[in-house]
Amino acid sequence: MSETIDDATGASDEYEQYEAVVVGCGPGGAAAAAALADEGVETLVLERGVDAGSKNVSGGLIYAEESAPYTIDGLFPGFREAATERPVTEYQLHNVAGSQVKSFDITDLHEHDTEWSDAVLRRKMDSWLAERVHERTRETGGGLLTEVKVTGLLREEGEIVGVTCEELDPIRAELVVAADGVNSELARDAGLMDWEEPEEWFQGVKAVVDLPDGAIQERFGVGDGEGAAHLFSGDLFDGVRGGGFVYTNEDSLSIGSVFHLDSVATELAEPHELLDALLTHPFLGQWLDDAEYAEREYSAKLVPDSKKAALRSPHQGRLVVVGDAAGQMQAQGPIIKGMNHAVTAGGLAAEAYAQAKARGDTSRAGEFYERKLRDEGVMEKLRPRRYEVASALGEPEPVANLADAVVDSAVGRFGVRLLGDRLERLYSSPALSMMVPDTRTPYVTLPTVIAEELGAPVDETNDVEPPELADRIGDLTYDTDVGNPHIELLDDSAAASGTAVTACPVSAEGFGGGCYRRETVASNGEREEVVSLDTQPCIECGTCAVVAETDWEHPRGGKGVEFEEG
Amino acid sequence: MHTVVLTKGVPDFREGQVAFDEDGHLERGATPTVMNPNDKHALRAALQTKVRNGGHVSLMSMGPPGFKEVLREGMESVYADDAYLVSDRAFAAADTWATSIALTTAIERLDEHVAEDGVDMVFAGFKTADGETGHTGPQTCWGLDWPILTHVVSLDIDEEAGRVRAKRLVEGDIEEIETVEAPLPCFVVADPEFEPTYRKAAHRLTHKDLREETRERAENHEEHVTVWDHEELNLDPDYVGLDGSPTIVSSVDPIPRAPAERDATMVDPEDGEAMRELVEEMAPLAGGE
Repeated sequence: MSETIDDATGASDEYEQYEAVVVGCGPGGAAAAAALADEGVETLVLERGVDAGSKNVSGGLIYAEESAPYTIDGLFPGFREAATERPVTEYQLHNVAGSQVKSFDITDLHEHDTEWSDAVLRRKMDSWLAERVHERTRETGGGLLTEVKVTGLLREEGEIVGVTCEELDPIRAELVVAADGVNSELARDAGLMDWEEPEEWFQGVKAVVDLPDGAIQERFGVGDGEGAAHLFSGDLFDGVRGGGFVYTNEDSLSIGSVFHLDSVATELAEPHELLDALLTHPFLGQWLDDAEYAEREYSAKLVPDSKKAALRSPHQGRLVVVGDAAGQMQAQGPIIKGMNHAVTAGGLAAEAYAQAKARGDTSRAGEFYERKLRDEGVMEKLRPRRYEVASALGEPEPVANLADAVVDSAVGRFGVRLLGDRLERLYSSPALSMMVPDTRTPYVTLPTVIAEELGAPVDETNDVEPPELADRIGDLTYDTDVGNPHIELLDDSAAASGTAVTACPVSAEGFGGGCYRRETVASNGEREEVVSLDTQPCIECGTCAVVAETDWEHPRGGKGVEFEEG
Repeated sequence: MHTVVLTKGVPDFREGQVAFDEDGHLERGATPTVMNPNDKHALRAALQTKVRNGGHVSLMSMGPPGFKEVLREGMESVYADDAYLVSDRAFAAADTWATSIALTTAIERLDEHVAEDGVDMVFAGFKTADGETGHTGPQTCWGLDWPILTHVVSLDIDEEAGRVRAKRLVEGDIEEIETVEAPLPCFVVADPEFEPTYRKAAHRLTHKDLREETRERAENHEEHVTVWDHEELNLDPDYVGLDGSPTIVSSVDPIPRAPAERDATMVDPEDGEAMRELVEEMAPLAGGE
């Protein structure tokens, strides 16, 4: 008998149908799903991790903005009590030059338009959200499933009519919400996103560092229920454009570095070494004790730069794209906001669908969603006009080089000294921070000059020895999909893919235990430099998809790395 | 749809759990009882049926009152609605024949007096870890006079048409698979190769619901266990237990002791020279010589 069992009953001829399918259960997907369920929409949520949050990494601050139509605790009552770490009650920016540091208190900037802001660890946060999402979507006939990987869009006669999955038969839906994160399979399938330009991305690397009970209160001078955020910029990363952060969790620290990917790539920087440069800086000696130093988890992710990557029309047919998948990650100077925008986008997408349905044409949801993003001011935050003007003036290379030279010159240094502590207020200007160009000047040169001219030497010492990359990888949990690698190297020449050896956060030059390695192959008397790939240690950040020639997709549902902190 | 899953408590033969006396006889009292490992395939097949076709699942076992623990484990894994324990001193020391008579009678009682529209399917694992006869399932089915599907690896039920379609291993061989059909009610013996498939989101959501529901039920599993003795089942003690068992056990051979320890050479992996010698010594073995 040639037909399969399912064919016999006709089961595979009729695809399942849900009113809405939400792909991914991070904050964007959770917000969309909860808001859809609140509208009575039958909503199926598909998450590829073993648990929501097991694939998710963030630096770690989530905001509730006063101006935003949706906040995470508005959509999920009890969120802060159950799912977050400490609120940020103090925010500082540290300008670093060698061991000289000049600190600015930018709490005012942080509090601008901020109802509250808490540090979070994503496994705890997202899995809490997912439980609520399942309960609420179940009530309207849907629900949440984990370990299901959506592979692409289901199309009929060129129209998007649903999704295809690895673990399930195709599913039809009136609305598909792509909340599948920075490496969105759906946004790429729709041709809305690509992995071409390193300039559009940041790469973040993070260590969650364990601290003894009471250490945070004591060392950061905060009370119970209070927390601190510290940002770092200057010369501690050897000229790579980016910065570092330290956030206080309940009883651990999230310490990380975030860099422009093009800078990481061209400088051949090793991301884990950039992180180590921060971890071992004397300034952190006040918080870290080398004798007790223990990392709970090492992680990394790509971060879209909304100024360049945010989709102006994040929809196509019945598909709407929210959060990182749509490039909705605002990183402008010290303002780093992603999750809140994902939440707002999710809420607006649901609202848009309900509105389209009320008008009797659900296919118009995308159009309404785009309009709401604009009308609610989300798009202006993601792609500020001020930046478009400033960057046009300041980012072309000759101008950037000139500005950099001026800041570093006697004139610039005089200006910095003259401004002195007034710089702190300038740094606290929301309007100015939106204009910060993506050049060396704001990230490296200016902070260095400020630290040199105005800073004082750090008197702490820091003897922390961060773990080797091999140990960091060894401490991660993987469920390897043996024999089914999720990344294929399309061009293994060093010229095409060599950058991955350094830029991949779990690979390094001269390290054999990572994803990418350099190898010399001798054939026909010639020696050739090639790159080889082993996907086992992959932490699914997507860096190599941008800097190397790969065919990149996520592992199957439940497979690959499983973050416990995130 | 009402299905019955047969399960049995057996000694836990895993190393570290099982205890033998000096003569190599199993020490029953010192060895914990667990659910027969092969029964999990039957449970998986029954669970797939419950998830995909809905309905009521009853777990059934014959054994001493201590088997309730096994029923709890079974209940948790198949999300059973209730459990029936066929338990009586009169059933003690039964061979597979006498056991089958008791089980057949219990299933018939369920079929005629408990299940609303009768029992549609009975699932069994393909042999127990203690007796290893593989008799009890087929004999029970013979008593019911139902069709039997053995070595089943996948299953599809068309309740409306009252038919079951299954893929089964011919002669238990994974290389040869045939598709067969049977009318309901029928008896299914699941092969260890049985793989449940849940390709519909609705199935997986139901699965999640059932898991949640069962968690509460399994905590108070005793409330869901019905114990039937020989009087309840109206069984003549002469036909069950030791008296009803035609099998005569002539003798029991103790499990032979493991042969004497082998010679072992310890090699320090840091010692390059010793490792090189080891590799050279083992090289011919790698070639299959």
